[in-house]
Amino acid sequence: MSTPDQPMVRIRSVRKRFGSLEVLKGIDLDVPAGEVVCVVGPSGSGKSTLLRCVNRLESIDSGRIWVNGELMGYAERDGRLHALRPHELSRQRRGIGMVFQRFHLFPHRTAIENVMEGPVTVLGTSAAQARRQAQELLDRVGLADRGHHYPAQLSGGQQQRVAIARSLAMRPSLMLFDEPTSALDPELVQEVLAVMRDLAATGMTMMVVTHEMNFAREVGDQLVFMDDGVIVERGDPREVLAAPRHERLRAFLGQVQ
Amino acid sequence: MTPERTAGVELPIEAVRPVRPGRWLGAAVALLFLVWLAYTIIVNENLHWDVIVAYLADGRILGGLWVTIQLTVLSMAIGLALGVLAAVMQLSDNPVLRGTSALYTWFFRGTPLLVQLIFWFNIGLVFPTFAIGVPFGGPKLIEWQANAVITPFTAALLGLAINEGAYMAEIVRAGIRSVDPGQREAAESLGMSHRQVLRRVVLPQAMRVIIPPTGNQFISMLKTTSMVSVIAGAELLTVAQRIYLGNFEVIAMLVVASIWYLVLTTIASVGQHFVEKRFERGHVRLSSRVRRNLSPLPSKEPLPSKAPLSPEEPS
Repeated sequence: MSTPDQPMVRIRSVRKRFGSLEVLKGIDLDVPAGEVVCVVGPSGSGKSTLLRCVNRLESIDSGRIWVNGELMGYAERDGRLHALRPHELSRQRRGIGMVFQRFHLFPHRTAIENVMEGPVTVLGTSAAQARRQAQELLDRVGLADRGHHYPAQLSGGQQQRVAIARSLAMRPSLMLFDEPTSALDPELVQEVLAVMRDLAATGMTMMVVTHEMNFAREVGDQLVFMDDGVIVERGDPREVLAAPRHERLRAFLGQVQ
Repeated sequence: MTPERTAGVELPIEAVRPVRPGRWLGAAVALLFLVWLAYTIIVNENLHWDVIVAYLADGRILGGLWVTIQLTVLSMAIGLALGVLAAVMQLSDNPVLRGTSALYTWFFRGTPLLVQLIFWFNIGLVFPTFAIGVPFGGPKLIEWQANAVITPFTAALLGLAINEGAYMAEIVRAGIRSVDPGQREAAESLGMSHRQVLRRVVLPQAMRVIIPPTGNQFISMLKTTSMVSVIAGAELLTVAQRIYLGNFEVIAMLVVASIWYLVLTTIASVGQHFVEKRFERGHVRLSSRVRRNLSPLPSKEPLPSKAPLSPEEPS
């Protein structure tokens, strides 16, 4: 478990390239347990890639990422790194929830079956218990009466809330949100942000890639502005947004607000 | 009536349809042709309708029919299993597995099925015995004579199933590739293993794409089994041929066989329709009817199709 002096996520000197394009150019970042870190920046700045590196949907080329004190993707033995086997990687991912821009609900399963899928398949929870737990989670995201609907029968906002419930069903210690409201119609954004706000209030550690500056200001404990593969500015969201020090952040804020 | 006076008045449309002589002419020609065709067939004395009727439910014919059904179902089942295996191998990162799978589809799609069937039937000429033991000339535990194991039925099954597997591999591969990569990522981030991702998430969705062409393959297989007649496979066509070699009713026996093939393919087509509906689960076409009946959304929330990205249309 993480302790006060050990952050939930510790990212050190992380570099990542796709072919000849270097998208992360040495990232250092700590996410203390219980805090909400909002990562903002123009598209192509590397913020989504950084998030995907944390739960190892992407591998990194150099650097280290620890989640909950555990080195992601590798085991250190005799002073050497050994790449983890697929099932060890799967075990590491269990404790990290991920919410995607485009929801990625399983279209062939109903809302409640989507939420049950992780516990039943991965943890071996009994169907009855998983169903009870899933019903509670759907209730928590305000969709108690939508359990039997297929994703295609739900609005984007409802789908995203089901997706959040699906991640929470694995009882993660960290939640990653990759632009969770960017694919939504404007009037559906708030219902998803409200669920995220409630989640933050329960003390969940969250890394949120977003363009919602109001959410960052009100809920975020730390704001990180990325541009061109590096962290340009970071700090208390209220201070950073009120008085950005870097020209690039000023220009970015002028565009999104 | 002038536009000013019509407000609030019912205005039924009772328009006269335009005359379309071409339609009537086309229908008349087609109908005439069908009547003529039916007439020439029914009155044709060379067809021996009485013989056809007499043999339709003949014990030997029904026996052949049963073999045809067995061959079709078994070779499709084995072919599907081989196809899934070959497709998964082809999509793996292991280059040796990929190569093996590619070799398999290359060879069996590249040689005629007829040749393969004759080859399997005569496999004893190449491998007189089959044995379980240490390969490359090591000791053998059990040994069989090829001629005892390879009956026309097993040869037919081997030929049809292995050939079918090569085609199914392509169909399954296309199905797996049709699944949004985001589905795999969502499943992986829940902590699922590769096998669980495939079994629980990817394959059920791939089935929607795999089922229609597989149904076509099944219907095609019902008829392809007739090729087994070259190795006397005892299926429908073989039996029909055996009968006409005795009573010289060539055409009548072929008609009997064709009627049964038509019955089988018709039943299979109906079955295909229902299986396809089953795997449409969750992929509701959001027609207005379905929206009304299945998705009673509160009016302040827009209909699902208005979301910029619905799972049906990944952009």
